[in-house]
Formats: sequence, structure tokens, C-alpha cells
Amino acid sequence: MNFNRRDFLTAGAAIAVAHSMPGCASVGGNAAPHVVVVGAGYGGATCAKYIRKWDPKIKVTVIEPNDKFVSCPISNWVLGGLKTMADITHSYDTLIKKYNLNWVKDTVIGIDVDKRTVRTAGGQTIAYDRLVLAPGIEVRTDTIEGYKEAYAAQKVVHAWKAGPETALLRKQLEAMPDGGVFVMSVPMAPYRCPPGPYERVCMVASYFKKHKPKSKIILLDGNQDVASKPALFKWAWKTYYDGMIDYRPNNAPKKVDHKTMTVSTEFDDVKGDVLNVVPIQRAGEVTALAGARNDSNKVWCVVDFVTFESTTAKNVHIIGDSVLSNHPKSGHMATNHAKVCASAIVELLNGRQPDPVPVVANTCYSAVSETTAGHVATVFRYNPEKKQWDAQPGGGASAQGDEINFVFNWAWAESIWAEVLS
Amino acid sequence: MHKKILSAGLFGVGLFAIVGATMAADAHIRTIASTCMSCHGPDGKSKSAMPTLAGLDKTYFVTQMKAFKSGQRPASVMHRHAQGYTDQEIEKMGEYFAALK
Repeated sequence: MNFNRRDFLTAGAAIAVAHSMPGCASVGGNAAPHVVVVGAGYGGATCAKYIRKWDPKIKVTVIEPNDKFVSCPISNWVLGGLKTMADITHSYDTLIKKYNLNWVKDTVIGIDVDKRTVRTAGGQTIAYDRLVLAPGIEVRTDTIEGYKEAYAAQKVVHAWKAGPETALLRKQLEAMPDGGVFVMSVPMAPYRCPPGPYERVCMVASYFKKHKPKSKIILLDGNQDVASKPALFKWAWKTYYDGMIDYRPNNAPKKVDHKTMTVSTEFDDVKGDVLNVVPIQRAGEVTALAGARNDSNKVWCVVDFVTFESTTAKNVHIIGDSVLSNHPKSGHMATNHAKVCASAIVELLNGRQPDPVPVVANTCYSAVSETTAGHVATVFRYNPEKKQWDAQPGGGASAQGDEINFVFNWAWAESIWAEVLS
Repeated sequence: MHKKILSAGLFGVGLFAIVGATMAADAHIRTIASTCMSCHGPDGKSKSAMPTLAGLDKTYFVTQMKAFKSGQRPASVMHRHAQGYTDQEIEKMGEYFAALK
């Protein structure tokens, strides 16, 4: 391993370390600084890579329970039959070897912010100088009556974390008879992947149109309108799937009964052959272990956007979907949080100041048919006075789908997988 | 750029500020350039239908970004990105990618 002496610490930089990191005694010594990253999705894997890329003297440990990286982006394409699980499942091997990461296949069950240690289900206690939490979302299956039972019986899944649930939902759709009803629900914003539910409906509709043309889709939306790329999706539903999709805004599910296959809202009971109910969400469980789920509702994590350090848990950085901000909760955005965070950690551990005005961009494609897609893209510039990100001019979404955006949608996936994992 | 910041720093501010300012300037562009790589490939080398940025002539990069920014060059998505960066950032990104081999 590449844990060299920190002989780059000049006298001047050492003073800067003392200024910027009070109480960080172990970092000032000869030991290589150690960063622990929890979670190896888009955000965590990217952060681990870039810390090592920008400063190989820093030791990085990644704690991740899953064997493989399974991408949420493109998982809707699997549901539509355009791609398979193999297409969205990728190995961590190159990432681990190329960047010499200390890889721990485990789950974090405790964090001691004062002692700067994490405890794992496997019984390890791991010390850190800085901790990065990239857990994504916790899906609140407890907020809908009957959901836990339906979920435990594997009758109703959300498939809002790509993996076995994606494969199961695809099987349910394949088993559904022609003329059946697919009921999907959209949680109240903010949730992971704002255009995701509407893209999913397009992909399922595209599959039905080809294989089960008499089938219907009922979309129960907890929001008052399509929450992302509304013009694009409404155009697609009208253009490609006219008469197939029954869109019902302001219809949050309250109850699920998997024995009668019914979703109940405030207004009525909706029966379906396949139910895909996506509950509301909050910051991943592990952020609560650090006391960092600290917004006014204790739902999301408030961070300093220069470093992505939690405003309550010192030396704990949080990136991706768990963060409270005006960014969309997208995989692409998680990689950019990761890069700003990695850069800041490298600067801080070298006794320098991080970039005070970071700039990041979101690029997000959604397929609306087997050959067409649209995008939304926005550059965000940090505004230190407002302590929030300013969306820059020029950002926005496609009003209609086209073939060039479909080509770039898949190109985006191939590119970002390579960028995150190699 | 470095020289300017350094000399400005020497007039009024101490060592700490010089170290901070110079490194932050590098980190700013380094991080922006890294965000381009999500679409344009690791180290700016494409793995897909997106164009490679590594090793592009700086003048070409800057001219194209400014053409995206003004709308002179039609684009599927780059017009949205190009408008988000200052001309100075575009210059520095051009330098960064030209130096990437």
C-alpha cells in the first residue's frame, strides 16, 4: 500500500492545518491520514477514487455491503426490456486495484463522532481522520399501512434501489396478462431521481405497447403535477401511449393490501395486477448514526457545500441523495458532490483551503420510448453569501424526446460507469 | 494566473492566504474538469459516443465552448453547460484538457 510519510507538511502548511482542523491531532503526525467512505454507489465510489487520484498519500477505506455496483440509472430500461440486469451490474475490482483501496464488505452499525471511529456489523472498529457517508436514501416503507407486509411477501416492491427488486418487478410485468393493470405511485418530492417514476411509466408502457397492448397504467402521484421534465413526459404519453396511461396527481397512497392487490389513496381504492408503490424517502440510515440527519424535519442532512461536511457532525462529510439542497437527487449529482468533497478533503488534509466557490453540473437523460429520450442539464455555482447553489443561465429540459438524446443517454451511462468504477 | 495571485498576495496578506489562494485556484479548475469526465470519460478519454477532451487543442476547446455558449454552434446539451461557466473558467478548462494526454 501507498502510505508514505507525510513529509510534504511544510512549516507553513502545518500552521494552516492547525488553523483549519482544530482537534485533529492524529493528522499532524507522521501517520498517513485515513479517510473512511461508507457506501460505494455513484457518490461513494467516486469520492474514494478521487481522494486517491488527487493525493495517493491519503489512505482510503471503503465499507460497502454489496458485492457489485448495480446502477439505478438505466434500471428502468431493464423494466422495459431494453436492457438486462447484467447490463447495469458492474464489478468493483478495477476500482479497488487501480486506486489501491482498502475494501471492507460490511455494514456500518455505529459511529462515534468524538472518537472518530465506525463500528461494523462484522465486529470491526475502524478509526478515521475524515468520514464520508454516501448511503443514498432510506425508503420509508413504514409510512404506508400494509406496505411492510406486502414488501416482506415480495408482492409489492418499490425497486427504487436497483438490484433484486428490479429483476422481480420485471418478472411481475412479464407474468402480467394482456389487459392487466400496472399501478405505480410517485412519492412526495424531494425523492431520489425526480424524473425516474415518469421514465419508468414510459418504459413499462413501451413494453406493454409491444407485447400487451390492451393493458393499462395508473400513475398515482403524491405531487400536484409531474415533478420533473413535465413537458417531455406529457408529450411522450400523448405521442406514444395515448389512452394507456391514467395520470392522477395529488394521489398519495395511504394503504396497500397485497392480498386483494389494492392501493388506497384518500379518495379511492385502486386495484392492479402489478403494484409498484414507491414510498417517501429520507437520508440513508447511517447518517442518523452520526446525528447528521439534522434538517428541521430530521429527514435530510445539512452540509457546508464547500466541503460537504455535516453542520453538526465534525469531520463527517455527506454526499449524494442524503444531502438537503436544491440539487436533484441524481446519480450524476452524487458523483459531483463526491468530486467537490474529495477535492476539499485533499486540500484540508494538506493544510490548504478548499475551493470556496465550487461549480458542479447535473446531466440527466430519460428514455421515453425504445428509440427516443430527453434530458435536463443545469450548472450550479455555489453562492457563499446565500450558502446555497445558484442555478446558472442556460439550464433546462427537453420539451420532446428525440433519437440523438437516446444515443447520448446510453453513452452517458457507459461513460459515467467507466468514470465511477475505473 | 499563479504569478498574479502570488504577487497580489505578497502585498497585503500573509503566507497562509497565498497558500490557500493558489491551491484553491487549481482545485477549482481541477474539480470542474473532473465533472466533465462523467460524460466525456475518465481522464477526458471517451468510452462512448461522447467526444474525447484529453489533448484537445486549447484554442479549439475555447472556441467551441464559446460557440455553444452563444448558440452559434447548435448542440443537444452542451449549450446548457457552456452558459454556466465564465470565460475565464473556459480558458482554464481548455488549458487543463490540452495538457491531459
